[in-house]
Amino acid sequence: MTIWDMLIYLPIAEVSVNAALLLGLGGMVGVLSGMFGVGGGFLITPLLFIVGIPPAVAVATSANQIVASSVSGLMAHIRRRNVDFRMGGVLLVGGLAGSALGVGVFNYLKEMGQVDLLVNLCYVVFLGIVGFMMLVESLRAIQRSRMQGGGAVPQRRKHTWVHALPIKIKFRVSGLYISVIPPVLVGVAVGMLAAVMGVGGGFIMVPAMIYLLGMPTKVVIGTSLFQIIFVAGFTTVLHAATNQTVDVVLALLLLLGGVVGAQFGTRIGTRLKAEQLRILLAALVLFVCGKLALDLLLTPSELYSLGTAGGE
Amino acid sequence: MLRWVLLLLVLATPLRAEKVVLGLSRDEVAITATFDGSNILIFGAIKREAPIPADTELEVIIALAGPSEPVTVRRKERVAGIWANVDAVEVDAAPSFYAVLSSAPLDEALSAVEDLRNDITIPRAIRSVGAPMNVKDSEAFTRALIRIRERAGLYQVLENSVDLEEDTLFRGQVTLPANLTEGPYRTRIFLTRDGSIVDVYETEIAVNKVGLERWLYELSRNQPLLYGLMALAIAVAAGWGASTGFRLLQR
Repeated sequence: MTIWDMLIYLPIAEVSVNAALLLGLGGMVGVLSGMFGVGGGFLITPLLFIVGIPPAVAVATSANQIVASSVSGLMAHIRRRNVDFRMGGVLLVGGLAGSALGVGVFNYLKEMGQVDLLVNLCYVVFLGIVGFMMLVESLRAIQRSRMQGGGAVPQRRKHTWVHALPIKIKFRVSGLYISVIPPVLVGVAVGMLAAVMGVGGGFIMVPAMIYLLGMPTKVVIGTSLFQIIFVAGFTTVLHAATNQTVDVVLALLLLLGGVVGAQFGTRIGTRLKAEQLRILLAALVLFVCGKLALDLLLTPSELYSLGTAGGE
Repeated sequence: MLRWVLLLLVLATPLRAEKVVLGLSRDEVAITATFDGSNILIFGAIKREAPIPADTELEVIIALAGPSEPVTVRRKERVAGIWANVDAVEVDAAPSFYAVLSSAPLDEALSAVEDLRNDITIPRAIRSVGAPMNVKDSEAFTRALIRIRERAGLYQVLENSVDLEEDTLFRGQVTLPANLTEGPYRTRIFLTRDGSIVDVYETEIAVNKVGLERWLYELSRNQPLLYGLMALAIAVAAGWGASTGFRLLQR
C-alpha cells in the first residue's frame, strides 16, 4: 500500500477517506487562504460534502482547519507589517456580537425547517453579488492604471458618509482616520452571515474592508485573517461543545496540507498586483457561486437524501 | 399429563432434527485509524440425530445486521424553479448495515410467511410505522433508502453465496465496508426446508473503535469542551509551526 491510497478512518465522521486526498484539499485551500485572506470555508465545506463527510461534521471541522491556515497566513503577514491590529480588534468586537446573533437566527430558521436551502441561497446571492462587484471594480482599476501609464495607484480615499460619523479613531497601519461605527457594523454583519453560513466570512469581509472602509488591499488580507482566527476558533469550540461534530483527525489532515499551502499562498500573493489578486478572487467566488446555483436549478440524479432523524 | 408432554416432544422432534453449529472467523471487528473494511467468514456445520430427509432441499440463510437507528428520508421537488427538500418521511428504525446471504435464490429458500415472522429480507428489516398525512407514497421513500444504502455497499443481498456441502457444512463471506457504525452486529443463521425455518442460530459480532480512535471518540462525547479546546490548540500550534518552519527554511 503506497501513501497515495492509504485510507484513514475518521473517528467522529465514522467514514474512512483517502489521506492524500484530504492533504491535497487542505493544501489547495491553504494556498487560497494565504493569497486572498479568505479562510476558505466557503470552498472546503462543499468539497468535504463531495468527499462523503457528513454535512454537520464538515461544517464544524472546516472551522477548525480555518483557524490553522489563518494562523499560518497571519504570521507571514505580521512579519510584513500588513496587519492593522486596532482595526482587527474593532471588527472582532462586532464580529463576535454578530456571530452570537447569527446563531440565534440559525436556530430560529432550523425550527422553521428548510435551513439547508436557505444556507445555499445565501451562498448563491452573496457570492454572486460580491464576486460580480469585485470583478467589475478591479477590471476598471486595471483600465485606469493602464491609461495612466501603469505607474500611479488610484486614490480611493473619497469623502463619503462614512467619514462624517462621530467617535473617530486613527487606524495608523491602514492610514485611515474614521469613525468606529462602520467597522463595528461590518463586523456584526459578517459575524452574522458567518454563523448562518458556517464559514469564517473572509470572502465578505475582504471586499467590505476594501470598498466600505477604504482600507488598502495589502493590509486588508492580514487584518481579515487576524479577525477570522477568533471567529473560527469561537465556532470550533461551540460546535465541539454543543454538537460534538468536530473531527480532530480530519482537521489534522486538512490543516497539515493547509498550513503549508498558506505559506506558499502568501508568497504568491505578494508577487501579484492588488488588481490581479482581486480579479482572481472574484473569478473564484463567481465559480463557486455558479456551481451552487446549478445544484439548485438542475434536476438532481437522486431526488431522495438521507439524514439522521431529529438532526434536521 | 406426562403422556401429553411426551407426545408433544415426539411431534416436535422432527422440526428440531437439524441444528446449526457455528464458527466465525472473528467475533470482533476493531476499527483502527487505518481501517478500510473487513471480511468475516461465517462457517458452520449442521448437526442431526436422524438421517438426512431426502424429500426436501436444505437451505442456509445468513443475515448480518448493524445497529438500527431512525433515519429521515427527504425528497426534493421543484419549487419556483429551485430544487428544494419538500416531503420527508421518518423511518423509525433502519439498520446501519445489512447483509443477507443464502444458498439458493431467496424466494426459493424462504417463504413469505417466514420472512414476515422473522424479518429476514432487507425491506422487512426496516421498520416504518407511519408517514405524515401529506405523503401518499411512503413506500417510495423506503425504496430510496434501500437504493442509496445498496449503492454505498451498506445493504447487500448475496443470493447463492453460501456454499453448502453434503447438506452438512456451510460457509459464507461478508465484506464489511470501511464506513462502519460501531455497535453489536446481530448475526442470524437460518436453516430452511421447503421455505420453512427448521433452526435458527443467533450470535453477535462486536464492531468497536480501538486505540486512538476510541480515545478521541470518548473524549469528544465525555469532555466536549476540553476536546474543542484541544482541537483549537492543535490548529494554532500547526499554523504557528508551519509558519516558523518556513521562515527557518528560508534563512
